[in-house]
Amino acid sequence: MTQSLKMLINAVIFLVVLFVAVPVLIAASGRTDFYFTLTSVALLSIASAGVWLMFYIGRINIGQGAFALIGAYVSAILVTKAGMSFWLTLPLAGLFAALVGVLIGVPILRLKGVYFAMISLVLTQVVSLTALALPITNGAKGITSIPLPDELSVLGVTLIPDFATLENSRLAFYYTACILMVLTFAAMYRLVNSRLGHICRSMQQNEELAASIGINIAYVRVIVFAISSFFGGIGGAMFGSIAQSVYPSTFVVTDSVNFMLNCFLGGLGYVFGPMLGTLVLYFGWDLMFELGRFQLLVYSSVLIMLMLVLPNGLLSLKLPRFAGAGK
Amino acid sequence: MEQIIANGIYLGAQYAMIALGLTLIFALMNVLNFAHGQMYVLGGFVTYTIYGQLGLPYVVALLASCVTLAVLGALIEKFLFGPVIRRSSREESTMLLAAGLAFLLDAVILLLFGEKQRGVPKIVDGVLNWDFRIIMPYDRILICLLAILSIVAFISFMQFTKTGRALRALAQDRVAAQLMGVNVERYSMIGFALGAMLAGLVGGLLVTITGINLGMGGPTSIKAFMMVMIGGAGVISGAIAGGIILGFMEAIGLAVLSQYGDITYLLIFVSLMIFLAIRPQGLMGKPWG
Repeated sequence: MTQSLKMLINAVIFLVVLFVAVPVLIAASGRTDFYFTLTSVALLSIASAGVWLMFYIGRINIGQGAFALIGAYVSAILVTKAGMSFWLTLPLAGLFAALVGVLIGVPILRLKGVYFAMISLVLTQVVSLTALALPITNGAKGITSIPLPDELSVLGVTLIPDFATLENSRLAFYYTACILMVLTFAAMYRLVNSRLGHICRSMQQNEELAASIGINIAYVRVIVFAISSFFGGIGGAMFGSIAQSVYPSTFVVTDSVNFMLNCFLGGLGYVFGPMLGTLVLYFGWDLMFELGRFQLLVYSSVLIMLMLVLPNGLLSLKLPRFAGAGK
Repeated sequence: MEQIIANGIYLGAQYAMIALGLTLIFALMNVLNFAHGQMYVLGGFVTYTIYGQLGLPYVVALLASCVTLAVLGALIEKFLFGPVIRRSSREESTMLLAAGLAFLLDAVILLLFGEKQRGVPKIVDGVLNWDFRIIMPYDRILICLLAILSIVAFISFMQFTKTGRALRALAQDRVAAQLMGVNVERYSMIGFALGAMLAGLVGGLLVTITGINLGMGGPTSIKAFMMVMIGGAGVISGAIAGGIILGFMEAIGLAVLSQYGDITYLLIFVSLMIFLAIRPQGLMGKPWG
C-alpha cells in the first residue's frame, strides 16, 4: 500500500468519525452538551494551528488571543452595527486580523526567541485594553446579543440555512466548526508540504543560512504571521458568534498561553499536533470538573507530568495512525 | 511633581526587585519563568500567615518567605527544569513546563489560602507630610528603603562572592564556565533558588502595603516581562533600569492621564512595542538574545 493511499484512508476515517460517528454517538448517549465542547475544541484548534505555524518558522507566538479577540470584535461589530451577514464577516474578520498581523509583524518579527515571545504576550494585553478604551467596542460591557448566523444563499440556492430557524443549532455549529477545522488543517498540511513549507523549515533551523541562499526571510515571516493571524481571526469570530457575545475578557493572556500549550502538548513536529493538543487539553479540563476544588491542582500536575514523560509532545508516541501524517 | 518622583522611586524599586529574579533565572537557564508572579504571590502569603495570622515579628516572616521560596526554587530546578532541559529536543519545551508550574502554584495557593484578598497589620504607622508636596505613609518609605537595600545587597553578592562570580560566568557562557571547573548543575540550582527567593522577598515586602490575592500572579508576571524587555533580557542592570522606568511611567501616567480613564497601561504597552521595534534587544541587552 503506498504512502498516499494510506493517508487518504486515514483522512476518510477521520472525516467519517468527525461528521458521522460523533453525532450518532452523541444522539445515542443524549449528551448534547458535548456538542458545545467539541465545537469549542474545533474552533480553538484553528487558532492553535496559527500558533503552530509560527513555531514552524521558529517563533513562539503567545499573542494569538489578540488576533482571536480582533476577529471576534470585527465580526460582532459588522453584524450588529452594519447589519452584515455573518458569513460575509467571517472572512473579513480573518482578513482584518491578518492585516493587523502584517502591520504589527513588520516591526516585531525581527525579534527572535524569548524577545518575540514576550512581546507577543504583551500584544494580547494591548488588544484587550484597546477594546476597553474604544467606544465602538462598547468598553467593558462588550457586545451582547449578537444574532445567530443567518441564511447564506447563492443565486437563490440556500447553501446554509438560517441558524435561528433550525431546531438544533448546536449540531449546525458543530458541523460548521468541524468543516472550518478540516479546511484549516488541510490548508496547513498543503502549506507545510509546499515550497513555502520547506522554506519555513529552513528558517526554523537557521535564518541566516536561509537568507544567504537568497530567501527573502522578512517577506516569508510576515506572510506566515499573516496566515497565523488569519486563523486566529476566523477562530475568534466563530467563537464570538456561538457565544453570541464578545467582551474584552473573551480572550485573555491565559487563552494565548493555552493556544501555545495546545501546540506543545500535541507535538511541535506534527501538523495535527494542535488538533490533538486542543482536544486533550480542553476535554481534560472539562472531565476534571468533577474534582471540584482540586481540578486545577490535578490538571496542572498532569500537565507537568506529561512534560516530564513526553517533552516532545503526545504525537511523539508515534501512534500508527499519525506516524505517516506528521512531519 | 515631587509627589510623582516619590511615587516613581517607590514603584520603581519594588518593580526592579521583581524583574531581577526573572532576569536572573532567564540569564542562567534560558527559561522564561511564567510562574514568577505566582512565586511572588506565594511569598506574600507566607508572610501573611506568619506575620498576620501567627503574630510573629515581621522580620521572621520575611525571612521565612525567602527561605520557603528559595527551597521551592531549588526543588523546581532539580526535579523539573533540569531534566526537561536535558531531554527535550527543543528548548521552548521549558515554556510549557513554566506555564504548567504557574497553574500548579495557582492551584496550591487556592487550596491553602483561598481566593480572598488578604492584608496584614501595618508595620509602622503615620504618614510623612512634607508641606503637602510629598505625602507618603512611613511604611511605604520603609519598604522602598528595604527594597533598595536588597537590590544593593544582591548586586554586591553577584559582584564580590565566589558564588556570584560562578553565576555570572554561567550566565555568560555555560560551556566555558563548565570547562573552567564551575559545577554547572549545582550553580543552576543555586541561581534558580536565588531568583525564586527574590520573588518571595518582594512578595513579603509588598503584602504589607497592597495586600495579596490569588489573581495577582499573572499580571505581575506580565509586568516583570515588560521590565525585562525594556532593559534587555538576562541583564541585571537592565532589569533594574526597566523596573525604575516602568515605575516612573506608571507614576506619571496615573498622575497625568487619570482624567482620560484607564489608558496608562495601553500607552505604556504601545510605546514599549514601538521602542522594541527600534531597539529589539532593549536598553542593555545583547543583540538577538
